[in-house]
Amino acid sequence: MEKSQSYLRNYFHKNGRAFGSMGYFILLMLVFLIGAPEAWLRPNLHQSVFVMMPTLIFLVIPLVFLVASGEIDLSFASTYAVAAYIFALLVKAGIDPALAILAGVLSGAIIGAIVGALIVYGRLSSLVASLGVLFLLRGIILVATKSRSITMMNELESHWVYDVLVGKIYGIPMQVLWAALFVIFCYYLFNKHVFGVHIHHVGDNYVSAEQMGINVKAVKIKAFMFVGLGAAIAGIFTTLITYTFFPTQGFGYLLLALAAVFVGGTPYWGGLGTIIGAVFGVGVIAYMEIGVIAVGMSGTWRQVFNGLIILLALFGHRLHGDRVR
Amino acid sequence: MKNLIELKNVTKRFGGITALNKASLNVSSGEVVGLIGDNGAGKSTLIKTLVGVYSPDEGDIFIKDKKVEGWTALKAREAGIETVFQDRALCPQQSIVWNIFMGKELTYPFGFIREKEQIREANRLIREIGFTSKLINAESPVGNLSGGERQGVAIARAIYNNAELIILDEPTNALSLNETQKVFDFVNNVKKSNRSVLFIGHNIFHVYDISDRFVVLDRGEIVHQLNKSEISSPEKLMKIMKDTISKH
Repeated sequence: MEKSQSYLRNYFHKNGRAFGSMGYFILLMLVFLIGAPEAWLRPNLHQSVFVMMPTLIFLVIPLVFLVASGEIDLSFASTYAVAAYIFALLVKAGIDPALAILAGVLSGAIIGAIVGALIVYGRLSSLVASLGVLFLLRGIILVATKSRSITMMNELESHWVYDVLVGKIYGIPMQVLWAALFVIFCYYLFNKHVFGVHIHHVGDNYVSAEQMGINVKAVKIKAFMFVGLGAAIAGIFTTLITYTFFPTQGFGYLLLALAAVFVGGTPYWGGLGTIIGAVFGVGVIAYMEIGVIAVGMSGTWRQVFNGLIILLALFGHRLHGDRVR
Repeated sequence: MKNLIELKNVTKRFGGITALNKASLNVSSGEVVGLIGDNGAGKSTLIKTLVGVYSPDEGDIFIKDKKVEGWTALKAREAGIETVFQDRALCPQQSIVWNIFMGKELTYPFGFIREKEQIREANRLIREIGFTSKLINAESPVGNLSGGERQGVAIARAIYNNAELIILDEPTNALSLNETQKVFDFVNNVKKSNRSVLFIGHNIFHVYDISDRFVVLDRGEIVHQLNKSEISSPEKLMKIMKDTISKH
């Protein structure tokens, strides 16, 4: 009896936040289902959500790592566009798109590492410093492209990499499968790998982590790098899907991705996070974006609901308990 | 009893100040030594010398009767000397098992954690040290534990790190009677496993209860080394301390 009680307690401690965000997701689905059943049962609504969700997943899951390590990053929304821009430039220069993708993803990781090193070694506030990088990178792109977009229809349409990454298999977009694989990989990385374990320790109490021999600076820089990598993957996927690079792309995801992290049950104070919860957080945000219009409301309502959901999520964290010290 | 570590005439100076003056001290396996002294008596210099943070200016250090040249923190660790810090260096939002293995996780190739092995070992360690509640197991978050129990997790971690001498720095500070008793139980279990403990405390009653031997420090000098058989009550120990302080 006591044993099962402790098991339940530990299980709740581990998974309570993921269940919380699953609760928000179910609640949202019910509201839409009851509010606008016809629109909700149309399959193409869910299809368009599934186009949006993978992009958000590549952005949000690495952010869970970073927030759990006790830091925050805003620059990812610009890294997203830098990686896509490098990809587009290389493709236009006649380089094989597969190689161009690799270069783009790599550039994202490098930008992440630079941002991380600046913040960690310069002992800067991650919120403010990454806000600076956000504007800086976006500005460079706007200047370099003269605000013009780049279309790569001819180069990408018939290339194998398009089919493998964003084609369709049995009617399912490939990016959904890639995102699912990414989630599974990240689940293990976060919960069952030294990197994820150290992320938890660093975010929980970095003084203790340092005393026990964990290289706190390296862990944080790797987390920033991972965010840059995820943002680059997201940017390149979106560019592939539309065959087009836009200089403004990614900016709209800044607040949505951050909202998904917190709605997804990862608290802001570090040391805790949930990958599964973040997936539901992405679900909530993606359905909100598309669902509000689908049920016949004006798109201007979206932000109202997003705001309400974020506030609700904060109260949810409170229910699950404050930070233990 | 075998000598575990021995300091012979160790002196440590900082500029013109002699923080430790010809201190000689030995700790044998399986004994609990209580270290007492007023603030500024040199307790922390002595501890930092033991764990290799400071290397002595004069004097020798012996590990198991062998003289050690060039005493460093690494050599102290290799000799099995572990400190449990005053703040215990724990991550309260993480589980006991993650805290015990913090920074020294057991892994498969590519860095994936040997989860079952870690949990089994952590459960064994916390039972060995004296956790009895069935409500607590290796996967319980440290934040749910009381102050004394958290001290126990830190001690269990030291044992996992092959500690032969565990230095407890004020382990009963700010703990209730009940919690203090828990820490005493942990220390007694450590002793049973033939490991040694250096117990540092302000509360003479706590030090008296748990120690086999007392070392009294004053102005950087070890002024008394007394066996428990020589002191019949904590009040006597208190009197000895007061007398040494009032001498100057």
